[in-house]
Amino acid sequence: MQIAARPFEGWTILDVSGDIDLAHSPAMRKVLLGEIREKHTKKVILNLGAVRYIDSSGIASLVEGLKASRDQGSRLILYGLSKTVREVMELSRLQRIFEIYDNEEQAVSSEGHK
Amino acid sequence: MIVRGKAKKQKITKSAMTRLGSGASDFLLKLELESNPEALCLVRATIERATETLHFEPAETRAIVRAVDEALANVVRHAYKGQRGQPIQLTCRRLRSADNEALVKGIEIILQDSGVALDPAKLKGRPLDEIRPGGLGLHFMRQSMDKVEFSRSQGQNQLRLVKYLAPAKPEKTQGD
Repeated sequence: MQIAARPFEGWTILDVSGDIDLAHSPAMRKVLLGEIREKHTKKVILNLGAVRYIDSSGIASLVEGLKASRDQGSRLILYGLSKTVREVMELSRLQRIFEIYDNEEQAVSSEGHK
Repeated sequence: MIVRGKAKKQKITKSAMTRLGSGASDFLLKLELESNPEALCLVRATIERATETLHFEPAETRAIVRAVDEALANVVRHAYKGQRGQPIQLTCRRLRSADNEALVKGIEIILQDSGVALDPAKLKGRPLDEIRPGGLGLHFMRQSMDKVEFSRSQGQNQLRLVKYLAPAKPEKTQGD
């Protein structure tokens, strides 16, 4: 898994690629929580377009990020979910609690939770 | 990781159940792993190919891969409490129809480890309406497989996962 931070109009877009599994979810969690809790970024956008696989530990990291963003009064947004990632989100019945958009244009222009 | 596989030349036709020549082995593969998270991606790739050879549909293949991955992650995290280098054995075989032994009806995957015994209370999973990290792995396994059976014998945990091939869809004929 690789994760790269991209500044965008005062926010941060995190481009994630590869597999978010037991071996790699701690790294994603660290970057995500760092953006939210330490850098106090008001809007963190996760680009999951190049994620091939996500397991329950990856989902748990996203949930932790979402809770942290709510605590901080900021927003965590996801976009570009593949069929595999969508399936796992649906299995966990968490897709409704996240702000999820199809593409980056929609994600950056979004005003609030759908 | 040691991969031991047995390949036999056999004609496989795509149908509701995979038809094999008589005398074909049910054994597909055996993996001897260590409890290192980095091994999971290798197992996912191996299981994906194994299920494809039995002609599972792509969604079913993803489900089986997901269940095996979550099962292994549970062994690493809970049975071995994150300790690396501990032994895990994965065995994979075809399941045959009771009515016609030439037909394969599914796949059986057995995981064995020597970690601590699992707490039966934790095997119930957690309610999904609780929005909190963790506790989803078992739910994913049960949603993905037809059978998820835990047992413990002679100091070893055993998990049996079974997935059956979906019934064949009626073939379309002209005029449909």
